[in-house]
Amino acid sequence: MAGRVVLHGMWASPYSKRVELALKAKGIEYEFVEEDLTNKSEALLRFNPVHKKVPVLVHDGKPIAESLVIIEYIDETWKEGPPLLPQDPYERAKVRFWAGFLQQQLFEAVFSVIKTDGEAQAKAVKEVHEKLKVLEEGIKVHEEVLGMKFLDPEKYPRVTSWVKALTELPLVKEATPPSEKLVGLLQFLRARALESAAA
Amino acid sequence: MDGVKLHAFWASPFSARVIWALKIKGIPFEHIEEDLPNKSALLLQYNPVHKKIPVLVHGPRPVCESMVIVEYLEETWPQHPLLPTDPHKRAVARFWVKFIEDKSPNVWMVYRTVGEEQEKARRDSSEMLSILEEHGPNKGKKFFGGDSINIVDIAFGGVALWMGAMEEVSGCKMFDAAKLPRLNAWIANFKSSPVIAENLPDRGKLCDHLARLREKRLSSSTSK
Repeated sequence: MAGRVVLHGMWASPYSKRVELALKAKGIEYEFVEEDLTNKSEALLRFNPVHKKVPVLVHDGKPIAESLVIIEYIDETWKEGPPLLPQDPYERAKVRFWAGFLQQQLFEAVFSVIKTDGEAQAKAVKEVHEKLKVLEEGIKVHEEVLGMKFLDPEKYPRVTSWVKALTELPLVKEATPPSEKLVGLLQFLRARALESAAA
Repeated sequence: MDGVKLHAFWASPFSARVIWALKIKGIPFEHIEEDLPNKSALLLQYNPVHKKIPVLVHGPRPVCESMVIVEYLEETWPQHPLLPTDPHKRAVARFWVKFIEDKSPNVWMVYRTVGEEQEKARRDSSEMLSILEEHGPNKGKKFFGGDSINIVDIAFGGVALWMGAMEEVSGCKMFDAAKLPRLNAWIANFKSSPVIAENLPDRGKLCDHLARLREKRLSSSTSK
């Protein structure tokens, strides 16, 4: 499939990483533009005027924003390479349902744990466990930053083994940013969030 | 072909979205009206994660989440398409559906809260509307889908057509028609489209229902 592919992203963004993984899984050649989120490029602001966020995929000059929307676009446009979604409409519905759940429910709860303290944090932690429980019946994130362990193989055997299988894939290993770098950034973001909450 | 059932609730904008998609595509279905304080055992079995309507059941298979259901209908019954064929245009449509899904909870929050929380939700709702007015893909067209209703129209319809009732019941204005001429015209076009007009709850009945729910919610939260 011809056409220039450019991805505006950021090394620590999980949303950006999703799109990178999709492109690499399909074997699509692309240029990566590392955005400084404190000093966004004029191109990014032009390509995503609504949210002004990464990731944005630009294919033949046409921009697409929202990581999961981009992934569906990649799957529909490059039919060679492994499918990113199943073919059957019912299986696709299940994937879309769980992707939505992961994003709206689990990710949001985990970010809350990072940004809060005390009672608010205890509440957020409880929520994360509830969401993980749900995931276990039908993610090794942020544990170092907080000194907390979420992915307990005894409590959540299936989720833990799924994350393990994912992170051991060569494709994913290569694309994962170094742990210390990510921990450093998250500690900075946490300190900033707590400071602005206390202000 | 397997039969289609929809577990729905008359006052819900989410089940309305699915009904609109089913009717536009001419898909026959059995409407199962749920009594929400007394959810049926079947509903809880089909949607154990959220325990909510709408749930579409196609043969033995349940599908949950209104916009996931609409995409499922689109892929299973391709007639009267709700998405364009061009991949980039599809991505733009899905972008706007996501935008509406992410921002519209602010509209429900205006209805569910008071004071400062409500004021913030009102500001965020107004911002959502301004962005849609300025950037929305319906410039110079009757609908977001052009001449016919598409998935973005369905997604936004579930929000826009409930906003008036929520404003009335909460006494809090979100939609400034003078500042939103394009969206205002869109609402008139959408509401008068036959499939939509025939599948909307009665406004008076809806306001009564929402007012009762709001009172119950607010009085139970203050009595803690």
